[in-house]
Amino acid sequence: MIYVAFFAGAIGAVGGAIAVIAMRNAFYSVLALVIHLVSLAGLFLLLYAQFIAAAQIVVYAGAVMVLYVFVAAYVGAAEEPLWEPIPGQRFLAPMLAAALLVELGIAILGTGLSAIDSGGPKLPGGFGTPSQIGTLLLEHFLVVFEAASMLLLVAAVGAVTLAARSRKRGEPDRAGETPA
Amino acid sequence: MTVTWYVVLSAVLFTIGAGGVLIRRSPLVILLCLELMLNAGNLALVAFSRAHGNAEGQVFALIVMVVAACEVVVGLGLIVAMFRRRLPLNVDDLRSLKG
Repeated sequence: MIYVAFFAGAIGAVGGAIAVIAMRNAFYSVLALVIHLVSLAGLFLLLYAQFIAAAQIVVYAGAVMVLYVFVAAYVGAAEEPLWEPIPGQRFLAPMLAAALLVELGIAILGTGLSAIDSGGPKLPGGFGTPSQIGTLLLEHFLVVFEAASMLLLVAAVGAVTLAARSRKRGEPDRAGETPA
Repeated sequence: MTVTWYVVLSAVLFTIGAGGVLIRRSPLVILLCLELMLNAGNLALVAFSRAHGNAEGQVFALIVMVVAACEVVVGLGLIVAMFRRRLPLNVDDLRSLKG
C-alpha cells in the first residue's frame, strides 16, 4: 500500500517536473508545477511531515502559484521555441544534466550513511504535527524564525520597489504614458 | 520503504530542474525550474528527517520554503519590471548589466 502511494506520488512529481520544462507555453508550465507540488505534498505525508505537507499546499500550490499565474497572464504567455540556436546547447545542456544525475547517483548509492538504507526508526506519536514544529521553531530556532520574518519583509518591500513604475527616467513604459 | 527511494527521487527531480534552467530561455520558466530544485532539496531534507526520527529537518524544509517564497517574489518583480521597460523576456538577450 505504501509502495503504491509512493509510486503514485513519484510519478506525479516526476511527470509534473518534466511537463514544467517541456511545455512551450509558460502558463501550462505553471499548471504542471501545481501538479508537481501536490504530488510532493503527498510524499511528505508518507514521510510523516503533516505540517510541511499542509504548508506546501497552502503556501506553494495556493499562494505562490497564484502569483505565478498572475505574472504569466500579465506578461502574456508567449509561445517560445524550446530550443534556441546557441551552437551546441541542444546537446550540451541535457548532457550536463545527465552528468549531474550520474554524479548524484554515485553520491547516494555509494554513501556510507547507514540510516538511509532503513525505513527509519519508529517515530513517537505527534511527529511532524504543527504543535511539534511550532515548539521547535519557538524554542530551538527562534533566531531563524525571526530572520525568516525579516527576510519576508525585505522581499515584499523589494518587490514593490522593483515592480513600481519608475518615475525618474523618461522612458515610456507599457503601463501608461511617459512618466514625467 | 527505505529512505533511499526518496533521496533518489529527490536527485531525479533536482536534475530535471537543473536541466530546465540550462535549457529554457524564458525567465519565468527558469524561476519555475528553480522551484523544482528547491522542492527536490526539501524532499531530501524531509526524508533525512524521517531517517533520523528528528523533526528538525522539517523545520529546515519550512525555512527553505520561506526563502523560496522570497525568491519568487523578487524574481517576479524583476520580470514585471523587465516587461514594463519593454526589455526582451529572454535571458540570452539580457547579457549586459548596463542600467
